[in-house]
Amino acid sequence: MISKEVILRVENIESYYGPIMALKGVSLQVQKGSIVSVLGANGAGKTTLMKNISGVMDPEKGRIFLENESVEGTEADILVRKGVAHVPEGREVFPMLTVEQNLLMGAYTRSDKKEIRYDMELFCSYFPILKTRFEQMALTLSGGEQQMLAIARGLMSKPKILLLDEPSLGLSPKLVKEIFGILNRLNKDQGVTILLVEQNAKAALDIADFGYVMELGRIVLDGKSSELSEAKDIQEFYLGANQESQLGQKRWKNRKTWR
Amino acid sequence: MELFQLLLSGLASGCVYGLIALGFVLIYKATEAINFAQGDMMMFGAFITIWLTNSGYNNLPFLFSVPLMILIMGAFGFLIERIFLRQVIGQSQIAIAILTIALGFVLRFIAGAIWGHEPHFLESPMVGKNIYLNGAVLGLAEIFVIIVTVLLTVLLYFFFAKTKLGIAMVAASQNQLAAFYVGIPVKRVQSLTWVIAGILAGIAGMLFSAKGSVDPITGLLGIKAFAAAVIGGFGSLPGALIGGLIIGLIEPFSGRYLPSGFSHLVPYIVLVLVLILRPHGLFSQISHKKV
Repeated sequence: MISKEVILRVENIESYYGPIMALKGVSLQVQKGSIVSVLGANGAGKTTLMKNISGVMDPEKGRIFLENESVEGTEADILVRKGVAHVPEGREVFPMLTVEQNLLMGAYTRSDKKEIRYDMELFCSYFPILKTRFEQMALTLSGGEQQMLAIARGLMSKPKILLLDEPSLGLSPKLVKEIFGILNRLNKDQGVTILLVEQNAKAALDIADFGYVMELGRIVLDGKSSELSEAKDIQEFYLGANQESQLGQKRWKNRKTWR
Repeated sequence: MELFQLLLSGLASGCVYGLIALGFVLIYKATEAINFAQGDMMMFGAFITIWLTNSGYNNLPFLFSVPLMILIMGAFGFLIERIFLRQVIGQSQIAIAILTIALGFVLRFIAGAIWGHEPHFLESPMVGKNIYLNGAVLGLAEIFVIIVTVLLTVLLYFFFAKTKLGIAMVAASQNQLAAFYVGIPVKRVQSLTWVIAGILAGIAGMLFSAKGSVDPITGLLGIKAFAAAVIGGFGSLPGALIGGLIIGLIEPFSGRYLPSGFSHLVPYIVLVLVLILRPHGLFSQISHKKV
């Protein structure tokens, strides 16, 4: 399913919150039909990276290419039209609109009414719970259902690339498993290209084809996700491999090899 | 029968308050700013209607001058947002509030400079015509006010509940960030909100001038409309209208049945009671974000 064609290429972007440099030259690329995940701890700059790609923030330096078209500094609503859908951290649904209206708003940039209905049915078949809640206001949904709604809403714009920011945030392990399973199916059946930002490294690496590890505004490691899940550092620091015995702590030389 | 007349006049002025309150709420929901000039925009709309319609000015037919006034007030709302409000985006709420209060003063003085400070009356087709019903005398102007408000309410309901643009405006008011993320052009939506608020103010002014006299300080009744919006629960569109009707109804009845002087006090007593007993207003929409 993964083609050589690169959908998204980020080159050396730098971004600031006032005087604080949040991204210190980040580069990555996403191939069509793949799932790429960006891992990292709190404050590593993952969300900032996503905001820069979707146009909510503008990078100070560096370039972003969407299918070879340079898009850095483009307004967010134009980028949605160009095919970037961003599902933000913490759901951000429209609380007082119904599930149906929320999904319709996801298709705001489209005007093909029949296709929109068709897609709504299609994506609801991946998230059957949404169908049963169709007429309810989004605020009556549980956290997991809201996350599913946010993802389905993102898909409704028929994006070339779906940016997912921490879809596992605040969800039970069972729900995380369910949602990641659905993402995997969406990728395999519908060919949805996904850039996924996660703290839950195991869940992310399980479905991703390629992974990047971010720390303090930089990408410190990248590789196929199978290689990453095997890398000793990743196992220790993100997957919780048991090295935290007294002996392990003494072997300070064995700390992360990057940095 | 007296009761019926009081009811009608109360409903009619309540409709005007309600429409102004609707303007307050619309702008508040879309931009989180309170436009204290909404009452003065209403006054301005009234004067523009008079200026277009009256024989002393342009002498246009009423059915022609109203759509023209709507166009002018829509453009007026658009320009106010573009020229003034957009400059203070991101400033504190106080800064925006003071800006709109100042705008209100400016409008009052402009109206005074152009049209003078003496009261004006709209020469509408309804002036002085009454309907006699079982001994009750009903002003045609008041019936006109109520009918127009009902039609406008239905129109607004369909716009905000059924059309894509309307739902997008509601969506942007509920969660601006998410609106950005799904590609709703939020700035354009905010401009449009001001256009609608301008039109609502214009229609409220037209209705107000159809049933009474207008002078540049008429806009101060925006304070009552503000109370109406608070009673309805700032942020709820039906609440704003109903709050307006409540205030409108209280006035003639308290004027009739309470000692003189109290009629102006009662709406604010109701406001204070509502704020004590139901701080979020009668029709508040409170949403809790789940984590």
